[in-house]
Amino acid sequence: MQFKQTTLDNGLEIIAEVNSNAFSLSLGYFVKTGSRDESLDIAGVSHFLEHMLFKGTPRRTSVDVNRQLDDLGSQSNAFTSEEQTVYYMSVLPENQFPALDLVTDMMRPSLRDDDFQTEKQVILEEIAMYDDQPPYGAMERAMEEFFGEHPLSTRVLGTKESVSALTAEAMREYHSARYAPNNLCLVATGAVDFDALVEETYRMTKHWKPAETGRKLTMPLARSKDVRMIHPPATQQYTLEFSPGPGYMDPQRYVSRVLATILGDDSGSRLFWELVDKGLADAAVCYTYEFQDCGVFGLYLAGDPDQQQENWDLIQSIVEDASGAPITERELELAKNKICAGILLASERPSNRLFSVGGTWLSRHQYETAAQVSQHYRSVSLEDVQKTFENLKDRTAVRVSVGPQLDS
Amino acid sequence: MQQLVYKHTLANGLTVLGEPMPWLESVAFTLMFPGGTAREGAQRLGLAGMTLELSQRGCGRWSSRDVVEQLDFLGVERSSSVSSFYTSISMSAMASVLETTFEVAVAMVREPHFPEEELEEVRQSALLELAAIEDDPAQKCFVELKRSRFSEPFGRSSLGSVQGVETVSHADCVEFHHRHAKPKGAVLSIAGRFDWDEFLKIVERNLGSWTGDASSDLGQVEPQVASVHIPHESQQTHIALAYDSVPYQHPEYYRGRGIVGILSDGMSSRLFTEVREKRGLVYAISASSHSLKNCGSVLCYAGTTSARAQETLDVTIDTIRSISSGIEPGELSRLKSRARTSLVMEQESSASRSSQLAYDWITLGRTTTRQEVLEEIEQLTAEKLIEHFSKYPPKRWTLVTIGPEPLEFHDAV
Repeated sequence: MQFKQTTLDNGLEIIAEVNSNAFSLSLGYFVKTGSRDESLDIAGVSHFLEHMLFKGTPRRTSVDVNRQLDDLGSQSNAFTSEEQTVYYMSVLPENQFPALDLVTDMMRPSLRDDDFQTEKQVILEEIAMYDDQPPYGAMERAMEEFFGEHPLSTRVLGTKESVSALTAEAMREYHSARYAPNNLCLVATGAVDFDALVEETYRMTKHWKPAETGRKLTMPLARSKDVRMIHPPATQQYTLEFSPGPGYMDPQRYVSRVLATILGDDSGSRLFWELVDKGLADAAVCYTYEFQDCGVFGLYLAGDPDQQQENWDLIQSIVEDASGAPITERELELAKNKICAGILLASERPSNRLFSVGGTWLSRHQYETAAQVSQHYRSVSLEDVQKTFENLKDRTAVRVSVGPQLDS
Repeated sequence: MQQLVYKHTLANGLTVLGEPMPWLESVAFTLMFPGGTAREGAQRLGLAGMTLELSQRGCGRWSSRDVVEQLDFLGVERSSSVSSFYTSISMSAMASVLETTFEVAVAMVREPHFPEEELEEVRQSALLELAAIEDDPAQKCFVELKRSRFSEPFGRSSLGSVQGVETVSHADCVEFHHRHAKPKGAVLSIAGRFDWDEFLKIVERNLGSWTGDASSDLGQVEPQVASVHIPHESQQTHIALAYDSVPYQHPEYYRGRGIVGILSDGMSSRLFTEVREKRGLVYAISASSHSLKNCGSVLCYAGTTSARAQETLDVTIDTIRSISSGIEPGELSRLKSRARTSLVMEQESSASRSSQLAYDWITLGRTTTRQEVLEEIEQLTAEKLIEHFSKYPPKRWTLVTIGPEPLEFHDAV
């Protein structure tokens, strides 16, 4: 396993974790843009643009793009989050060049008007699909309430209204501002020929011009709010709580993740034993979200609407009982083993490594092997976890609950 | 990379299969034994799933909590499930902890404690799962599609029914497990980093004294023509559709699978192109090959806002039927290219090889090699696919929709 890195004159970064024994290679463009980089009037543009990159370039029609992705036998897709947009493919090593040629060309799309109108319908279908899923709506609302005026409050998909009103012209402007080479990182993992990758990328992108591509970083204000929503067709009640947690740059995030695993992993955690194993709730979990400047410590409960308040009270008593039930050495050891085994098992596939290597580079400009990532978790001390646990008692939180009725 | 698959049959009838993948650090195994939902009593729907859950709440020398802690300590990723005819336990971990991990899995099958005091908790969890699926119409659509198409007892869901889950007793679970969890008719597969001879010794030590025969055959699956609408106050209408095809063990399976590939594999597939790319009717559309014993089907899904649901259904069916008017050389070459790539990438995952070995065994009674599958795919021609499509045209349709309004589909009724 070898890490390689270079930056082209136009600012485009190329990184690779080369494993010459791998059967395949994965490659993708990680674009440092997402919903947090949108103004409200173009909410959803990053995600819509991600769809439009499959709709053709001056060299390729949309049919050509889709056919060539399949011609390469690739497993390919794309996703958009609050902070990044990623386009990726996994192919056999002999297809490195055609895969690179295709995905690089896609970064300079035609954004034709008629394609824009057709794809808008697909995006509206995607929004409708999620609108029918009550926990998803609760999650979007929790992001809005928790982040308030902060840019992370914008919905990744946008809204029916913002997407309907979006113009192709506004998308073109956003694309030229955000897809400048210095805002892109080409990431490759597995059986990569790095020298060829760099040479060919240079040839294809040397005429791309860098641009000013900042991002507004700011800490969100801690907010406290309780929101109840009704979704009449729902059968279950869903409750989410967001409180401030560490961001990507903060080493405290390893502690926070270990604590979330001990308290609320989907198996073997305190919430699991007290609520899920006992058949009181369908789901009761803790998790963390990390962003560049801040993070979220989340709680999630799903179950019978009539039992929701009682279950929620039980969750509160568990997460606020640091003094009564301190974390044990055994719990810490089990959580570390579980997290580290998950990292190592996933690392056997180049396609999994792509997201880990690319995500770490984009957020921290750092490369870490799977073993190094595991080591961060191994180093977490009992005192640190216990201290973070104790702090939960004083957290400021936003809570959103959705179900067939207003819960008590 | 040369593919080696070992096979051994224990004296008690258990089949053991192994595929070494020494380039990996992980190992994965799958244990499938008879006892699926089709074996439940008609008044006990949900019994197989509840039995599996209860069997994991303490076994051998481990209490309910110890089972989870032991597997977490070893860093084991695990899953277990119930299908129509089988119960399956799969685990994957780093190679160094294989033996202890395997002992836990064996204890779940051979020495479950079946703690009576935990039955109510298992029952409540099962009822919550039944409630949860009501909020996931896309998944519910498939549960209802299988129920309508494969009928009793083959179309049952592992979730069971509220009445069934409420009725199941502790004695039902114990009896169900002891009647069906038998070595004859069961298969154990392993893939990844392991030593075959060493593993056989472990298997012999842990499972050599396991005894018993599989239950009798349940007869043939006969797919049903049906059209079902479930009213739901949603923005989208969820459409699940099924029609006849050939099953996995059929000599022409790869032709049938090839046609499904042309319809649905990849972003240039016909359904994706016609329904989503050209018309923007859906976000999600797919088709897949499905085999239930002797019965082969193609299952399709599309989700679309209700005003466009009828058009979506009509275009989907027209697109499926368009296979009879020809297949482009490019469609065939893309199909082959995708198959070649995924066969190579299979070698990166011990878990997927292990479950494929077990599936091949219970469905075909043998294992298949990459070379064999590749040859089947390479032999496909447009003529062979079209000939297959006319020999086995889409018929005996089953349609389930969930949404505000029913749709019209005359072939289904």
